[in-house]
Amino acid sequence: MLAAVQIIQPSNNAYQEIQEALILAEPGDVIRLTAGTFNLQDSLSLDVNGVQVEGEGMNQTILDFTDQQSGAQGLSVTSDNVTLQDFSIQNAKGDAIKVKGVTNIKFLRVKTEWTDGPKPENGAYGLYPVESTNVLIDGCVAIGASDAGIYVGQSQNIIVRNSRAEFNVAGIEIENSYYADVFNNVATNNTGGILIFDLPGLPQQGGHHVRVFNNKSVGNNTDNFAPEGNIVGEVPRGTGIIIQANSDVEVFDNEIGDNDTVNIAVVTYGNETDDEAYYPHPKSIQIHGNKFGPTGYNPDTSKGDLAQILYNLSGGNMPDIFWDGLVPMSQLVFGQPDDEKMIVSNNGDGTLLAIKPIGYMLPFLEPAILDINEFEGVITPLAKVEFDESF
Amino acid sequence: MKAFKKLFLISFFLVSFGSQAQASVQSNLLDLTQVPSYLSEFGFFQDMQNQVPAEGVHPYSLVNPLFSDQTDKLRFVFVPEGQKLGYEKDKVFIFPVGSTLIKTFAYLNQNGSLEQQLLETRLLINTASGWKAISYVWNKEQTDAKRAIAGATIPTSFVSHEGKVMDVRYRAPNQNQCKECHQVSKVMTPIGPKARNMNKLMQYESVEMNQLTYWAALGWIDQNLKAEAMGDYADLSASLNDRARAYLDINCGHCHIPGGSADTTGLYLDFTEQDPEQLGIFKKPVAAGRASGNLKYSVVPGHAKDSILLYRMNSLDPGIMMPESGRALADEPGIQLITDWINQL
Repeated sequence: MLAAVQIIQPSNNAYQEIQEALILAEPGDVIRLTAGTFNLQDSLSLDVNGVQVEGEGMNQTILDFTDQQSGAQGLSVTSDNVTLQDFSIQNAKGDAIKVKGVTNIKFLRVKTEWTDGPKPENGAYGLYPVESTNVLIDGCVAIGASDAGIYVGQSQNIIVRNSRAEFNVAGIEIENSYYADVFNNVATNNTGGILIFDLPGLPQQGGHHVRVFNNKSVGNNTDNFAPEGNIVGEVPRGTGIIIQANSDVEVFDNEIGDNDTVNIAVVTYGNETDDEAYYPHPKSIQIHGNKFGPTGYNPDTSKGDLAQILYNLSGGNMPDIFWDGLVPMSQLVFGQPDDEKMIVSNNGDGTLLAIKPIGYMLPFLEPAILDINEFEGVITPLAKVEFDESF
Repeated sequence: MKAFKKLFLISFFLVSFGSQAQASVQSNLLDLTQVPSYLSEFGFFQDMQNQVPAEGVHPYSLVNPLFSDQTDKLRFVFVPEGQKLGYEKDKVFIFPVGSTLIKTFAYLNQNGSLEQQLLETRLLINTASGWKAISYVWNKEQTDAKRAIAGATIPTSFVSHEGKVMDVRYRAPNQNQCKECHQVSKVMTPIGPKARNMNKLMQYESVEMNQLTYWAALGWIDQNLKAEAMGDYADLSASLNDRARAYLDINCGHCHIPGGSADTTGLYLDFTEQDPEQLGIFKKPVAAGRASGNLKYSVVPGHAKDSILLYRMNSLDPGIMMPESGRALADEPGIQLITDWINQL
């Protein structure tokens, strides 16, 4: 069957035309939105497998949701083998692009933006694939999200590369996900640059196998503007990378610097939960070959305890890498298994501070480890994430 | 009334009804490759404008309907002749292929100065390849309804339950939005017609009787089917907890259920959920963004004002409001019910 290409131009009837095309499309079809601004009042959705939605460039084809009246997203996708490319979504009332429960989704050179700068009234997520398998985000731009610019949640087999996240609370966030490669990206002017998180109480949890490499996470010093209640609302301004409650995370060959509070933080999930299946501590974390720039010169003590504790323990001499040192009670007593220990190696003149929980709680004992060499070890590289990108 | 007498009345009613019927169901409902452009082509109604059903098409109603901007909902069901329904406790009846659920959204404006207005008619048709949703939007003349693939926006006014004239930007959903609520684990399914939600009296043409008894008389279901009755959330004699859970079940539970379109949140509001955190009690939001309203938890027992659940029920902002689609107004009685429920938790 020959693929049909349907071309739609901006008009007063554009919503109707695009949405009808999205519903009536057959697998293999292309829906092309020409250059120009499409003013849309209602959210768009695609539920046909194998469709490509394309514009004529992320700065040429603009889907503008400033006057949105209904629907919680700009665009939602719930079908497999979909490619979205070369357009931008502006000022969606909720998330810009949500993709739920699909296999094979590509975002190529897509931009999501809230054009009025960082504000708590902006939508939560820019690019938002969730519960999906084989997710490729390549050459995209995400600006102004009040939660995360590029957010991949509860998914597996994920590649985020060659993309740029700016002026979001979290630049790039991989949450409750398995097997992700995040590389060749730039995260700047966010509150936190790159977040690898895991939260309790969700259908998929226990995030693991995430590689973060060759990224620039620099100058993420925008005040946290997330509405309260959201987990990223606890991120201090000026953090380069945060790893929270994941296992098997490898952070290497990144350039991380000019972050007000800390370049890398490795932390335990800090809230109470009834979820007994949830493991709140990070483990098997490897950090190597990174190049650090200045950090900690203007720590944000208004969000959570992290910056304040760090400042107190370091006597103002803030480290590049922070680990809160928390492990299960049995490991506090008997030590961590070797394969769960954090390894920090070959990071130039980078510095580290790790809390010693027992020493921290009792008087007369050392509260922290300051010698980065105590974490020296042999790196066991994680496997590359690969899937067939030709769908 | 004794059962046999009821049955007698029913058969009388069916005979008389059948002999009057002018129209019958026309379209091929098994294979919808050619979807009719107009509702009238199906032949579900012998009188479109007055919503008088054709032979073999039967009215029904639910104990608890979903809030949809105070619209009146006229529901009908067609089951191919001689076929039976399957029954599974707590689940929607299993309808045979070719069955159709027909729901017309209207402002009947019975208590006020405005004319009756039919807005849209949604069909759920059980085709050979599963349930399909198709919706039709009524013309100004109210003579027929035309297929609306992308949905439609209908700015209009209606007379509210309190007798006030209110404006609404009524939004007929597009086909994909139907799936948001009607799809569980990627399979389309009806939501309303569960035995417990059908177990109530209905005023039929010539007789008032329990809907399950009526369906049994039609030969659709077993006469001895033991179904519990769902608590009516508007029934003030029922317990506050039962009423609130019934309300959340029908208004939220079709998406907020494992496998539903809101399961990414881990907030489950269906009738069967028992885990307090999963029900929202001291549960932090996951992906709410500004829809958290600067509040920390979905439900804070004793403090309705601090509960995100209620904040989102109150909102009219598309980026905040719950449900995400299907309403442009707030459900004041529902908000009051959930406020009272949270405050006494």
